[in-house]
Amino acid sequence: MAAGIRDKVAVIGMGCTTFGERWDKSAADLMVEAFQEAVADAGIDRDGIEAAWLGVFFDEQNIGKSAIPLSNALRLNNIPVTRVENLCATGTEAFRGAVYAVASGACDVALAMGVEKLKDTGFSGLPERTNGTFEDQWLPNSTAPGAFAQLASAYSHRHGVAMDDLKRAMAHVSVKSHANALHNPKAHLRRSITEQDVLNAPPVAFPLGVLDCCGVSDGAACAIVARPEIARELGKTNNVAVKALQLAVSNGVEASHSSWDGSYTITTRLAAERAYQEAGINDPRADLSLIEVHDCFSVTELVIMEDLGLSEPGAAPTDIRDGRYDADGAIPCQIDGGLKCFGHPIGASGLRMLYEVYLQLLGRAGARQLADPQFGLTHNLGGIPNRNVASISILGGL
Amino acid sequence: MTRGIRAMRTYLPVTRLERDSVVAAHRWAYPSRRHVGKLATANWDEDSITMARTACSDLAVDGHALHFCSTTAPFAERANAGLLRQSLGWPDSTLVVDHGGSMRAGSTACYQQLTHSTGRAIVVAADKRLAKPASEQELQFADAAVAIDIGSDDLVCEYLGGATLSVDFVDRYRSAGEPFGYAFEQRWVRDEGVSRHVPPAIQSALDDAAVDVSAVDHLVANLPARGRQAIAKSVGMSKAVTDSALDEDVGDAGCVQPLLALAEVLEQAKPGATIVIVAFGQGVDVLVLRVNRPVDTGFQQQLAAGRDDSNYLRFLSHRGLLDLDWGKRTERDVRTAQSAYFRESDQISAFVGGRCPVCGTVQFPRTQACVNPDCRHIGEQEPYSLVGAKGRVKSFTEDWQAYSPDPPLIYGNVEFEDGANILMQFTDAQSGEVSVGVVVTPSFRVKDIDERRHFRRYFWKATLARGVH
Repeated sequence: MAAGIRDKVAVIGMGCTTFGERWDKSAADLMVEAFQEAVADAGIDRDGIEAAWLGVFFDEQNIGKSAIPLSNALRLNNIPVTRVENLCATGTEAFRGAVYAVASGACDVALAMGVEKLKDTGFSGLPERTNGTFEDQWLPNSTAPGAFAQLASAYSHRHGVAMDDLKRAMAHVSVKSHANALHNPKAHLRRSITEQDVLNAPPVAFPLGVLDCCGVSDGAACAIVARPEIARELGKTNNVAVKALQLAVSNGVEASHSSWDGSYTITTRLAAERAYQEAGINDPRADLSLIEVHDCFSVTELVIMEDLGLSEPGAAPTDIRDGRYDADGAIPCQIDGGLKCFGHPIGASGLRMLYEVYLQLLGRAGARQLADPQFGLTHNLGGIPNRNVASISILGGL
Repeated sequence: MTRGIRAMRTYLPVTRLERDSVVAAHRWAYPSRRHVGKLATANWDEDSITMARTACSDLAVDGHALHFCSTTAPFAERANAGLLRQSLGWPDSTLVVDHGGSMRAGSTACYQQLTHSTGRAIVVAADKRLAKPASEQELQFADAAVAIDIGSDDLVCEYLGGATLSVDFVDRYRSAGEPFGYAFEQRWVRDEGVSRHVPPAIQSALDDAAVDVSAVDHLVANLPARGRQAIAKSVGMSKAVTDSALDEDVGDAGCVQPLLALAEVLEQAKPGATIVIVAFGQGVDVLVLRVNRPVDTGFQQQLAAGRDDSNYLRFLSHRGLLDLDWGKRTERDVRTAQSAYFRESDQISAFVGGRCPVCGTVQFPRTQACVNPDCRHIGEQEPYSLVGAKGRVKSFTEDWQAYSPDPPLIYGNVEFEDGANILMQFTDAQSGEVSVGVVVTPSFRVKDIDERRHFRRYFWKATLARGVH
């Protein structure tokens, strides 16, 4: 196996907008807002950035194709800018482009920007999208909640967990994220809810109700990465480094082969295994101080706890209800509120997760600061369980 | 050469609209109207092609002539029978013919095949007619299909003789491009149409068959019970008319009706029995048949499998007679790339997947690379039909957010017994009916309706295999 990118790249600045219904801000406005925070944090001149990556998912709904919107928004100095898109892993993909550019030695400083303007569609929920000219002719006209909701029926069947018990564990996932978001001034949804609220919420896609679903938000987040030597030259002493950055992409097994039963995500397991190895983490349950996972829906977070190897197979509902992933639990999950409450502007989400881990590692997370975190993991699951892109990154001190 | 029927299958859609729910909705305007019984009504994703396809499912034939008979074929231009053939996976050398324009479309095609042809042919009739809300037709019209395998050997039923009569007697009409028909006074139709044209046609047919009127055991017709009895009386075969479930429990299925009536009686008729079939509509077709052996047409079983429904508003909506607001999700464009369809038409219309030539894994869609993680062979896969396969639900959801004319949209991962795994939409299933492990079978249905371009596309959906575990 290749040496990997552990400790080859430092994160020298990050920025993130408030997520939510930003009716008064365009995608360009949001990019500027996130960038100003990051560039001030990094303490560099804008023209020190040598290359940039832009992550946007629903291009048709906001800024169109290509990377030009980022170059335009920041009036970058005609540097190379590349647009990437890989479903809900888009933000992490932008980060991967910038990190790889620095790790390769092609540039010293690079920018990753993720942005999504979802609230110009005219309705709640995600915009409709196409699967292409062939697949639109046979795939069901599914929605994101419907596609993920199937995890619950398959999980319940595989592990013999009664649906009512599973739903209570899923409700705990949402209640916990709402409680965490109360301490995050940038979060979209900031109100506490109860387990009963979740169970009584209007149905969206069986067994998911409205409060099992994450927010649909506008927002942008960005990272400036550099060679560790640059970070030191800038006078930074407390530095955050990339320990691992892995991606696993479905090849059709989930959708078309009997070996998958629909109750877990193959790609998360593969990406986690590779990431732990790249980061040199032997015991993730002991070594991870916090995790930010792709909680697009409550049941997704539940099965991800097992796919990351943090709960034993079939034990996630119990672990969740026992508070293992609460703010004061063994491995706090979504300490910033997660997709559920911080919000989910798709292209920005991966970078938003990294932003929280970055703040926590630097001790800058305010009221939600965890004690002495060492390693933080972020996880995206793009697409649907039937075919998806799983990305995992691990950050730690340099 | 003796001609006759080799096999016959019916298709009745599962929903039975209760006629009194229709009457109740219109009571404010028509307080004296009374109606009992039910109407077999198709789901929103069924039309005469999909119903015909399902009726043909159990006929073990291919490569013969295919005659599609309907007054409600979805396409005026695009061979409906050609699409039906494609959905059956029959060879492109099959003779395909569209018949229509008359309530006798089905019976005339049968007559033609029984009298003017020597080869094997499938005649399939299907209709899904629109009636104006609050019209008398609304309380009569039903949806159904019947498929008949006609040939010269292994006959369940022999053709003895027949007659056909053409009269431009406009009891009712529907102009091209118009959704609704117009019916003239029933008393005039009875006195000047049915009573004048049918008896001599029956006599001609009996003469042709060399059968005496006293030898007729069953008379079936696309006429209401009273009309059948009056005709039978006038030709001296009163005892040949029996009660029919079509009158109260099914309704009038257009050009399918005479054949549906035959299917019903064929399940009851004793070997040696003689049956006279009368089809009325701008003339008369009469067929005289003798039963060789009883035949399971599926009629009684499908009749018993009906599900009563009193939701008249849903019925109107599914017919396009009530334009409900389904939200902005319906603004999604469902334009069809015909070039993409044509490339993959056997996959989409005939549900033909692939089988890996190396490891044998069956998969859908058929691609150039095997999905089995232990194989991943790159190369052509053998076409493999999934029609008729049984599948088990691996996971599912009932989605209230996705657009469906019949919410919730139910879909899930299905594993078929031969190993194919497909994310499928369910149809004819209601909330609470699907669970992990239940058995489903594929059914050819309308997938999307493109309102902007007046097009519809089809694919296979999962239906619950009722009674199978």
